[in-house]
Parts: sequence; structure tokens; C-alpha cells
Amino acid sequence: MFSFIARRLGLLIPTFFGITLLTFALIRMIPGDPVEVMMGERRVDPEMHAQAMERLGLNKPLYAQYLDYIGKLAQGDLGESLRTRESVWTEFSSLFPATLELSMAALLFAGILGLLAGVIAALKRGSLFDHGVMGISLAGYSMPIFWWGLILIMFFSVSLGWTPVSGRIDLLYDIEPKTGFMLIDTLLADEPGAFLDALHHLILPAIVLGTIPLAVIARMTRSSMLEVLREDYIRTAKAKGLSPSRVVFVHGLRNALIPVLTVVGLQVGTLLAGAVLTETIFSWPGIGKWLIEAIGARDYPVVQNGILLIACLVILVNFVVDILYGFANPRIRHQR
Amino acid sequence: MNMIPLRAAIAAALLSVAVGATAKPLVVCTEASPEGFDMVQYTTAVTADAVAETIFNRLADFKPGTTEVIPALAESWDISDDGLTYTFHLRKGVKFHTTDYFKPTRDMNADDVVWSFQRQLDPNHPWHKLSSVGFPYFESMGFKELLKNVEKVDEHTVKFTLTRREAPFLADIAMAFSSIYPAEYADQLLKANKTGDLNSKPIGTGPFVFQRYNKDAQVRFKANPDYFRGKPPADALVLAIATDNNVRMQKLKTNECQIALYPKPDDIPSIKKDPNLKVTELDAMTVSYTAMNTSHKYMSDVRVRKAIDLAFDKEAYVNALFGKGNATVAVNPYPPTLLGFNHDLKNPTRDLDKARQLLKEAGVPEGTVFTLFTRNGGGPTNPNPMLGAQMMQADLAKVGIKVDIRVMEWGEMLKRAKNGEHDMVSAGWAGDNGDPDNFLTPMLSCEAAKNGENYARWCNEKFQALLDQARATVNPEERAKLYEQAQVLFNQDQPWISMAHTRMFTAMRNNVEGYVISPLTTNNFATTQVK
Amino acid sequence: MSTPTTAVAVDQSLLYPSPYKEFWQAFSRNKGAVAGLLFMILIVFCAIFAPWVAPHDPSEQYRDFLLTPPAWLEGGQIQFLLGTDELGRDLLSRLIQGSRLSLLIGLSSVVMSLIPGILLGLFAGFFPRLLGPTIMRLMDIMLALPSLLLAVAIVAILGPGLINTVIAIAIVSLPSYVRLTRAAVMGELNRDYVTAARLAGAGLPRLMFITVLPNCMAPLIVQATLSFSSAILDAAALGFLGLGVQPPTPEWGTMLASARDYIERAWWVVSLPGLTILLSVLAINLMGDGLRDALDPKLKNAA
Repeated sequence: MFSFIARRLGLLIPTFFGITLLTFALIRMIPGDPVEVMMGERRVDPEMHAQAMERLGLNKPLYAQYLDYIGKLAQGDLGESLRTRESVWTEFSSLFPATLELSMAALLFAGILGLLAGVIAALKRGSLFDHGVMGISLAGYSMPIFWWGLILIMFFSVSLGWTPVSGRIDLLYDIEPKTGFMLIDTLLADEPGAFLDALHHLILPAIVLGTIPLAVIARMTRSSMLEVLREDYIRTAKAKGLSPSRVVFVHGLRNALIPVLTVVGLQVGTLLAGAVLTETIFSWPGIGKWLIEAIGARDYPVVQNGILLIACLVILVNFVVDILYGFANPRIRHQR
Repeated sequence: MNMIPLRAAIAAALLSVAVGATAKPLVVCTEASPEGFDMVQYTTAVTADAVAETIFNRLADFKPGTTEVIPALAESWDISDDGLTYTFHLRKGVKFHTTDYFKPTRDMNADDVVWSFQRQLDPNHPWHKLSSVGFPYFESMGFKELLKNVEKVDEHTVKFTLTRREAPFLADIAMAFSSIYPAEYADQLLKANKTGDLNSKPIGTGPFVFQRYNKDAQVRFKANPDYFRGKPPADALVLAIATDNNVRMQKLKTNECQIALYPKPDDIPSIKKDPNLKVTELDAMTVSYTAMNTSHKYMSDVRVRKAIDLAFDKEAYVNALFGKGNATVAVNPYPPTLLGFNHDLKNPTRDLDKARQLLKEAGVPEGTVFTLFTRNGGGPTNPNPMLGAQMMQADLAKVGIKVDIRVMEWGEMLKRAKNGEHDMVSAGWAGDNGDPDNFLTPMLSCEAAKNGENYARWCNEKFQALLDQARATVNPEERAKLYEQAQVLFNQDQPWISMAHTRMFTAMRNNVEGYVISPLTTNNFATTQVK
Repeated sequence: MSTPTTAVAVDQSLLYPSPYKEFWQAFSRNKGAVAGLLFMILIVFCAIFAPWVAPHDPSEQYRDFLLTPPAWLEGGQIQFLLGTDELGRDLLSRLIQGSRLSLLIGLSSVVMSLIPGILLGLFAGFFPRLLGPTIMRLMDIMLALPSLLLAVAIVAILGPGLINTVIAIAIVSLPSYVRLTRAAVMGELNRDYVTAARLAGAGLPRLMFITVLPNCMAPLIVQATLSFSSAILDAAALGFLGLGVQPPTPEWGTMLASARDYIERAWWVVSLPGLTILLSVLAINLMGDGLRDALDPKLKNAA
């Protein structure tokens, strides 16, 4: 087992360097430089431009810039944003909880509803409910989520006034960001009203972001459940006279969950990507918006390290899923 | 028996105390995050609103709602006869903010003023190199060449020596990049090796004291009790960041914020109808225009540029983009509210036949393709550049010109337009000190044509001579005459299609009082309160 | 003599239906797939005959009819069946014209990532020592980056436009083809028929393209259908972020980009383009499901 983990970890090192190289190259290939973008339509004195580029270390040859970058990275220094002069890590750690909170809420919504719908659809295979779930989940899978967000806002927030339009919490509440997770911070601040308000703000964005994972989880649960229900041990359990609910949820679902979990792990990347659009629509102060703006401002350190951090996260989650899967399924462990 | 009512009464009393302690703040919905809080490192209007207008003061101010310069940290000033020396007499007893990270031991004095300018001017100043991108606004205003020296005469007197006469100097001194910093705080930070704090924990003399910034969400301030113009009526100020203007409007309607900046012109009629809301408006000092690259084939011919001007339906453009009455059709390169606007000049009536005729004379074949660069997101001078570009495209198609719209991301467009890769580019400008020179020099001077910021790449020596002369003229009437002549030359040569001057709006709840909209697109809440 | 043999042949073909017929029987059993197919036929028809089907020129601006509601609503005009947009252009015509572009983007980006994807996957499968792991690491790197951000960066580098949008989407969807092809190739390589071909002296190219590849096609075809639909979604997302194709070309996502401003006043400008995207993508996905069932029974239960 240990060698399996070590082998997998070893594979991560070149991936890591590849990501640094790729992001480094990508952002520098975009026309325009940070100083120019900052000045906008204002006069950029060539001398001042040269000075600024020198101070930022951007006048060096590319390989030297890359080595600088890697050298700093090795010391754990993620650099500082060119736009705000704030350290990238500070910015990331103040915005990431917002994205994480949203993603977790979306995943929770998708997981609970998806599992339930999937299991019931599997048990009532071929019924109207089954067809309905499958149809709706395929529609969810086909959803352009930016549009979906707009439609939900139009209906629930603008027409019915049930949910807030955007943001994480009503501005009347002054909540000190201790953890960055609004739900936790409001509880720490001992403001139940604020907690409910934050929850209220979370509903619509979580539904929008959770739509595609919901569809995937529902479909996956159904098919995996169908497969498990055909297995011998289920028949045995039934024959033993165990109650149907016990058969389904204890014996069936537990085994059906393994592939579902894998899919959920793979969805983390999708979630973070989807968060870009969801955050744009709901003015959610998270990393998606931050990165898109950084690309626009040619904020090299933010783009490089922000993407690197997300990529590492995605890799980490996939790695953990991989290992868990290895535990669950010894055949995989011994494959190369 | 009385226990329960008594407890209830105590609870109610406690509750009311609690409510009193956290008095409802004035919440302003704004469009973007400030970049940081060390004002002189940044250039955007949003940062100026959130930092220069709240935390800081300058030697001089603009009188609210006008472009007139009035005393602020300087009580008065003397200008030498040659116009090269400005002596400022500072106000006494002005206090810097006291916070948990800084306690001032002295009042604001000449050292602070000298520090604030020398930091940006003197390459050997210990804080000069600490700004990684320099001092963009100071440098782009040409202050490096303009300022010869800034020196302390005595505790409350500072002398500025210029290298040349500069009529707009006092207006420049009232701009955000001239904010006065506490030298004492800076010294402490330098000693403690925490220079980054100047950007994240700002100290100034302004009406509001910085409390907290949650990135991309909100900035919180509390009122400065020692403000030299008196404590602001709002106990606390929150700038809530909502990038989308629809969102700002929604939040205003639900009273989540009491003021919404930059409402979309389309929404103005519905705000006016709403009994809970009101709008203040003003002609903004902006211009949006389409520059025609005079260094390109065909475009170098003034007849072609005239023809494009004749074919373009400015009225329809203004109505579709801004709505009737929310912007005025532009004639000149700067709006009528500024000095020396030439009222005799008029736009020609739209005439497709004449346009076609002119194109024919210039030998432009039917179906010639011109590129039009435009950006993918809206800004204050142009809420929807793609829409405008498509209208231009449709109009020019009627006279046999094909417009190839190239939508670009902002940074890329700037780069390409400065390189002169465009035939036409849609651009805009918001004046920041109310001086005509602030429009003409950056966008139409020969020097700007050389480095590409003059997107028309248009250099007319007579025009340039008038600009230079006006810059050195102090008498406003004489200056006005020079600018009027310059506009005639501009309109003869037609390097741009001047498109629109926007009206500026600020939407607010009905019970908001004391907010004055500024033609300089800055927003100051020092006198604003919710009744 | 010859007559009976032909009779036997006819009998044979009755017993063993042609692969196409068999495929169609399996496919048509899935009602959703058939519905999807019908809808797609409609869309393709609109796309091909757009200039004749569309009632108006999609770029013509009727400036007296800005934001006219759909015909059945109050204030609607029969000549603008689905209403007009913020410049007075006929929405129906723009949607019809937009189908051309969306299909084009979908199709070309699939082709542009399918071909290099298959090639890279084949190489990765056939050279498991050095080239294979290298290619796979490269794909891991691309997969680790959020795909939308990657696409945004690529478009920013190349500049917005139809072709660059296609390139960006093709690059982003490359890894899934490579992985899929490699997995399929690895599965096939140990089969007897491959060994037989090797022993028979088949060269590497023949082995790759003629012996192994055709047997890996089923999952690839399914994946191609799915990525066709996700390409349409990605293009729309890029358009929504203001990085799509250039105006006035009507593209569904770009049409939505500016629609947000009209959310309170003109719901049709917001709803209709999105609904069109949803329905087309749904139709393609339904077809994809049907294809999967018909082509590859093994995959039937995969999500």
C-alpha cells in the first residue's frame, strides 16, 4: 500500500512543475503588460514604463523570471499582487473560503438530492418517476449554468422576492471574518439572524452551482445501484429476511457509493470551474472572479499562483479519491 | 410578580443600547473594489472614492458639485508673479486619525506635506523605491518634470517651485494623487519594517477612519470625530461592492444600501417613478468618441473621416445606449460645462448621399473594410461598447463601408490601439480636474500622437501651438478664446467622431440627505446622512 | 444452381441484420434518443437553410422597434414572432442564424480535438515506456487547470473570434480523448487478434490505425457526441464572459451576454437564447445516450 501511495505521489512532481510552467507561459503570452493595463487610457511615459517593469523584475529574460518564480515558490513565497500590492496568499486565503463555502453547499445539495433520486429511481426502475428523474437530470446536465442562474434570479429574486439577489450576507450585519466562512463567522459572532440571512443568500447560488453535479450524481447512483441490486449478496440478504429498507440502504447503497464517490471527486474540478460563472452572476466574492479579473489586469503573480493553488487542490482531491479507491479495490492498487 | 415585566424592560433597554451602539451605517453600493489604500499608487476612480475621498485630504479641494478649487488643508496660498512659486499656508490643529494601529503625537504640519510630495518626486526618498510600479498618476500628470522643489518654510508653510507656468496646477493639487500622508506614521512603519501596512492600514486626516476591508465585498469606515470640517453626520460608512449595476439597483430597492452609484441610464425612469427613491444628476465631464487612425490608408483623407461622421446616426446612438435625456450628443472633444467650449460649432445633419459622395471623391471603393476596435465590457463613458459598435457597423454599411468589429479585452485593446493597429477605435475619457487641457493634451496632442495615446494619431501643429499657448495663459478669458480656436481646427480635421457626453446619476433612498454629485466623478460622503 | 444460393443468401441476411439495421433497431428503442434526433434534424435544417428560413436579416436593426415583446404578448408585433432585442433585431432570425454558428463551433472543435486526441492516445498506448507517460502527464496538467479559466486564457492570447473560440475549446477538451483512446488501446493490445496481426508482420502504422483503432471507436463516438454538446456550452460561456465570436454574428452565448441588463424589462431577450442552448444540448445528449446504448452495451450503465 505504501509503495502504491509513493508511486502516485512521485507522479505528482512533474505534474506540479508542468503546471507552473504552463501558467507562467500562458499569462505572459497574453498581449499587454500589467503596467499598461493599470494606466488604462492615461499617458504611459516610456521611461516610467521601463522603470516599473524593472522594479517588477519583468525586464529580465523569461527563463530568469521563471527561475525567480520557482525559487520563490520553493521558499513558500507566492509573491504579491501587482494590482493591489497585497500578498497573493492573503488574498487567496481571504477569498477561497467563500468559494469553498459555495462549493460545499452545492455539493451537499447535489449529494443529498442526487442520492435520494438515484436510489428511488433504481428501485422503481422503468416507472414514471424513474423516467422523470433521468429526463430531468439529463436536462440538468445540459444546462448552461450562467443562464440558469439568470433565470432563477429573474424568477425567485426579482419576480417573487423570495431570495436575495446577490452577495453573501445583508450589509447591515457587520461580521468580522474570522474563518472566512460566513456561516461559521455569523455563529462565532453570536448573531443567529445573520446566520439565517447568510443561509438565505447561499440557497440560490448553491442550487445553480449544484445543478450539474446533481444530475451526474443522480444518474451515477441509479446505474450503480441497479448493478449492485443484481449482486448475489443482495439476494442473500433479502433471502435472510432482512427488511427491504435495510437491504437497500445498508447493503445496497454502501456498495453503490464507491463509484459515486469517485465521480464526486472528479466533480471538484468542475465545481471550481463552474464557480467562475456562478460567482460572476451572484457577485460572490470568491476566487473565480478574482482570477478572471487578474487575467484581465495581467496580474502575473495572482494568475500563476492562484491557478497553481487551485490545480494543486484538484490534484489533491483526485489523489485522495485515487487512494481511497485503491483501498476499496485492490485490483487497482497493483496496476501500473 | 413584577419580575417578568421588569426583566422585559431591562432586556428592551439593553436591546436599545445595543441598537444605539451599532447605529445603522450609511451603506453605499459601489461598482468595484478599491485596488488598495495607498492612494498615490493607484489611478482608478473607485480607489479615489474609497480612499482619497474618505481617508485623506489634500491642500486644496474642489468645492462640492463644482470644479472650483477651495482651501482644505491649506488655508490660503500665494502665487508669485511669474507663476512659478506657490506658497501654501497650512491649517492649524488638523489631526490625523487615531486608531488601534497608530496614535499621532502631533498635528498635521509642513513635514507631512513635504513627505507626501517628495516621496513621489525624489528618487532617493526612502519610500520612493518601495512602490513597485512607481507613482503612476503623479508621473502621468507630468509632475516629475513640473515640480522643481517642495520645501518647508516653517511649521505651517510649504513652498512649491515649478519649472514652468502651469495654469491647472491648483486643480492638480486637489486631485487624489496629491493626498497628504502622515510622515510620522510612515517613519514608524519604516522602522518597524512594516511598510506594507501603509497600503492595508491607512491613516489620513479625512472625514472617515478606516476600519476593515473584506476583499471584493465591503469596506467599512467610522466617522472621524476630529475632522477639521466637523464630524460627518453618518456614524459609519460602508462601501458595498456590487459589480453588476442590476444588483446595485436591487439592493437599493430593498434598502440594503441607501445610495447606489452609477445606475444604468435605462433604469433612471423607473427610479424616478419609485416613491422611495430619488436620483441626483449632473452633466458629467466625459466624452466618448471613435478615433479614426489618420495614419492609415483612406482614413488619412479628411473627406473619408467627414463621410463617416455624416453617415453615423449620433441621435440613435445616444438614445439606444443611454436613453433619451441621459446623455447629450457630442460636438467637440470636451463637454460644454468646461472652459472655452465652442458653442458655435454644430454637428452636420446626417446625410448619407453626401457621405457617399465624399467617399467616392476620396476614391474609397465600395465594400472597403475598416476595423473598429472595441472593448468587451462597459465603462462609465460607454455602458455597452459592443452595442455602439454594432450601430456604427449598421450605419456605415449604408454608405458601402464594411466595419469589422474586433471586440477585445481591455488590456489587449489598449496595447493594439497604442500601436496604431486599428482603423477606428471606440474610446472614452473622464476628465479628472475640470480643465480643458486635461482632455486635449492626453488625447489629441502631437506628443500623444507619437506615443500612440492619441488614438487618431493626429498631429496638427496649429492645434498644438494653441494648446501650448493656452497652458501658459493664466487669464481664463484669454484661455477660453484659445480653446475655442483649437476646437475649430479639431472639427475641420475631424480626427474623431465625438459621440456623447454622458449625464451622471446617483440613485438613493428618499431619506438620504446631503449628498452632492460631483462633475469630477468622485463621490464624497462627508456630509451625507440618512434621515 | 445459382438460384438456390441467392435464396440462401437472402435468408442469411434476414437472420443476421446488417450492422446499420441492428444499430438503428437498438437506437430507435430509446424514445428520448429519437426525440433528440428529430430536434437536431430541425436545428440542422435551420442551420443549413438559415437565410431562407429566417424571416428577417439577423443583423438588420429596426430602430423603431427596440425590445418589442414576442407576438403573443401585449405590444407584440406579428412580424417579430419572438420579439426583438436591444437594437431592434428580430430574435427569431438571430436564433436561427445562431444555430449555424453554434453547430459549426461544436462540430469543428470536436474534429479539432478528436483527431489529435486519438493520435496522442494511440501513441500513449503503443509506447508505454517513455512517450506514453509523458503524454499522460501533460494531459494531467491540463486537466488540473479549471477548464473555463484555461479557455479564457487561450482566447485572451489569441484574441476573441470564431476560430480562436474553436481552438480554445478544442484544446480544453483534448485530454478526455487522449485518456479514453489510451485506455481503449491498452485494453485491446493484449487481445489475441492484435498478437496475431503482430505475428503476421503488420507494421506499426497498420497495427495502430487499421488493426486497433477501429475497435476503440465506440466509446470515442459517444465521447464525441458528449463533447459536441459541451463545446456548445463552453462557447456560450465564453460568449457570456464577453470573449466569444465577434458581433454582429449572432451566437447564442453572446446573445445572452448583454441580456442581463434586460432581466427586468424584457424577459424574452434573456430566456429565449438560453432555452435554445438548453434544448439543443439536451437533444444532443439524448442522442448520445441512445448512441451509447446502441454502440456499446458495456457502457450502458455508466453515467
